[in-house]
Amino acid sequence: MTGLLAHEGGGVGDSAPRPDGRLKVTGAFDYASDLTAPDMLHGATVRSPHACARITAVDVAEALALPGVRAVLTHEDVPGAKFYGLDVADQPVLAVGEVRYWGEPVAIVAAEDEDTARAAVALIKVGYEPLEALTDPRRAAFDPGAPRVHPDGNLVRYQPVRLGDPDRMHAEVVVIGEYEVGMQDQAPLGPEAALALPTGDGIEVRVATQALHTDRDQIAPCLGLPVDKVLVTLAGVGGAFGAREDLSVQVHAAMLALRTGRPVRMVLNRAESFVGHVHRHPARMRYEHGATSAGKLVYVKAEILLDGGAYTSSTNAVVGNAASMAVGPYEVAHAQIDAFGVRTNNPPCGAMRGFGAVQTCFAYESQMDKIAERVGLDPVEVRAINAVRQGSRIITGQRIDAPAPLAQMLYRARELPEPPPSGTEPTDLPGGVANVTRGEGVVRGTGYAVGIKNICFSEGYDDYSTARVQLSVVDGEPTALVHTAAAEVGQGGITIQAQIARTELGVDRVVLATPDTTVGSAGSTSASRQSYMTGGAVKVACEAVREQLLARLGSRVSADVSLVGGKVVSRRDGVIATIAEVLGDIVLEETREFHHHKTSSLDPQTGQGDSHTQFAFCVHRAVVDVDVELGLVKVVELAAVQDVGKIINRQSIEGQIHGGSAQGLGLALMEEIQVGEGVIRNPDFTDYLIPTSLDMPPMRMEILENADPRAPYGLRGVGEPPTLSSTPAVVAAIRAATGRPVTRVPVRPWDLVGV
Amino acid sequence: MNVTLTVNGEPRTAEGVRVHENLLHLLRARLGLTGAKNACEQGECGSCTVRMDGRAVCACLVPAGQAEGADIRTVEGLAGEDRLSATQACFLRAGAVQCGFCTPGLLMSLGELLDEDPDPGEDVVRERIAGNLCRCTGYQKIVEAARLAASRPPGA
Repeated sequence: MTGLLAHEGGGVGDSAPRPDGRLKVTGAFDYASDLTAPDMLHGATVRSPHACARITAVDVAEALALPGVRAVLTHEDVPGAKFYGLDVADQPVLAVGEVRYWGEPVAIVAAEDEDTARAAVALIKVGYEPLEALTDPRRAAFDPGAPRVHPDGNLVRYQPVRLGDPDRMHAEVVVIGEYEVGMQDQAPLGPEAALALPTGDGIEVRVATQALHTDRDQIAPCLGLPVDKVLVTLAGVGGAFGAREDLSVQVHAAMLALRTGRPVRMVLNRAESFVGHVHRHPARMRYEHGATSAGKLVYVKAEILLDGGAYTSSTNAVVGNAASMAVGPYEVAHAQIDAFGVRTNNPPCGAMRGFGAVQTCFAYESQMDKIAERVGLDPVEVRAINAVRQGSRIITGQRIDAPAPLAQMLYRARELPEPPPSGTEPTDLPGGVANVTRGEGVVRGTGYAVGIKNICFSEGYDDYSTARVQLSVVDGEPTALVHTAAAEVGQGGITIQAQIARTELGVDRVVLATPDTTVGSAGSTSASRQSYMTGGAVKVACEAVREQLLARLGSRVSADVSLVGGKVVSRRDGVIATIAEVLGDIVLEETREFHHHKTSSLDPQTGQGDSHTQFAFCVHRAVVDVDVELGLVKVVELAAVQDVGKIINRQSIEGQIHGGSAQGLGLALMEEIQVGEGVIRNPDFTDYLIPTSLDMPPMRMEILENADPRAPYGLRGVGEPPTLSSTPAVVAAIRAATGRPVTRVPVRPWDLVGV
Repeated sequence: MNVTLTVNGEPRTAEGVRVHENLLHLLRARLGLTGAKNACEQGECGSCTVRMDGRAVCACLVPAGQAEGADIRTVEGLAGEDRLSATQACFLRAGAVQCGFCTPGLLMSLGELLDEDPDPGEDVVRERIAGNLCRCTGYQKIVEAARLAASRPPGA
């Protein structure tokens, strides 16, 4: 079995280094796009140039005649089910009779080299009859006369939440706002890529993904194979952030490999990547908050409209999150929320870091600042007096069982030292090296925001994880082998798996087997859930192995023994034996599943239900300098306070907070897929901007540890919460600096200069 | 055409290179050196940064033919037999690597900077790596790694 040896580092609580770090800094780490195999063919994709069209003809003759081309396949060649999907199988493997978005795959090619494959793509003649594209999500939701993107209609999910009776409540202060969130791209640097290898009677797919079993369970039906004939192995993943939750090239590469009997690699280029994965749902939100003159919330009403684009993907869960956390981490007795997710002919949208909760956080935090302004409270104070705490209920009626010291977190954020006034170098000022100001017209502002994010899957989903742990003596040293199917996407899941094994088994050497589907499911690396779920699975599997080990000691074992430093140690008697002695030649092995506590669905009429597994919170303070003449913004500092329950690896947590905050800053200021009539106008890094080292300021942070008693070690998921609150914090700071309302992200220069 | 060049100190010849090929493709597909990454192929992301006659360049922007006779250094040439370079070691120590796709390019850009200026300030580091996109880390630990590498005595 292949794997990574982690022979240095520590246990739970240490900043252990990454087991794959050495490979990554030497260039030896194999990302999916680096894979090769003897006799390998290269795949390429024919994509729709229309957002909505009927396919009238497909002529592949000329492409097939091109020397070096080995296969050209269309939907007629799909061996099994022609449709797939994470949730609803409404997405065709290859377009069947019609296309529903710009860039949709229509045909695929395998050829001896990449150039020939792409040349063949250009020779495939597809006849289209363009149809009216439905690109307005409002029409999709509310206009019965709108074209139907799918035969069963455009609405994917409507989720209301009804609490109390907001219509009968009188509020001294009422604030109303309409907000918009643009379409953000995950933009992982590693492109979509897979290598498919025929295995005789089945297929192996080596792929950069977030969820191996979810992939397998979608790939197999499309290939007409039983799941045990489809082996999915994790290839190196160059970032994910939700972009790899849906299938991209998996089925295509596998179809071409099965047809040709040869290994096939498919790698998307950057322009294709922009249509090769789903994006963050753009949102339009209308909020009305009622409050007392002291700033206490009386009621919240909201209508939230999420554009899911052409296919369902994870829109159901996105709507569930948006609805259930529509008012944020605040106590309110009366709420009326209407959340809609629709299908249109826009690019498909689905998972991206913080989904559903990111969009609403921008709206509810903007509203909280409006209330603060109206009642004359400071932005921290208005949040603190309304903040949830342990024992509070969110609008779905669900009680927050674990500690939630949000008010204290807000105060701590406010107490952090503020950055000094900016210098006078161009790089200190908005516009940076473009050198557009010497400081005239530059004003500073500070803003705060908080967010609430559900950790793990919600609404009754049992997203368990599985771990297989072996303990044996290798080269004279006790060694733990940890095998899970949890996708390492850069977040450091394997680092903490090794730490947990060291802590639970008292060994230094840990081997991390390459994740694949020969072990049980670990679920998806998403929803900030892998530390909780796969961390939990590794912990319980190690505990089972430890029990076996101690059983071999028979009567020499007492209740106070622990495994430390390769030894079995009793508090009373000291070292009883070395682990190596106890093991001898045997291999102990245990496989365990870990399940989180049960959750329930949301009532379809009232939105009530204990739908979430765990809640996590982050507070941001942003300080910005704005050039009010040019509408340019420089974020001077981002500060964060996050409660992680228990620090498993501080360095990894800091990295998650830095990276999550950067993506939130990107959404606030620069990141937007520009879609016109369903067509992406900026599918490249020249025009889709992600923050650089000059855009991202240094961060201060405080990490708190108020344990969640139900979670392994008391930990709380970390990755998503910072992505929620950094966006509204930056925008609040811009409003404070400029006095402009700013109701949409990303903020554009003309939103700030009023032209 | 054939292209003969020096890669990490070794003379290499790539055969059958096509006229439109870039140096990145030559390194990855013809010489099997996949350390330089392809993330955008238009010079925006810096993932393919290599040193060409000492200068940090985007390999995707260099026509392969232009590399004839050039001295090319890639991430694969940074470490010694069993020892990482100071910058590589500092990347690991500082936690500057997450998914790692940007790491090879960053190491090459920073290599050029540290050759020119052994002790650059944070502002200089940030400016120099502004052409290397990283989607995971928010750059802070990368900057820390660079500062850590700069503060090391030579050979440490």
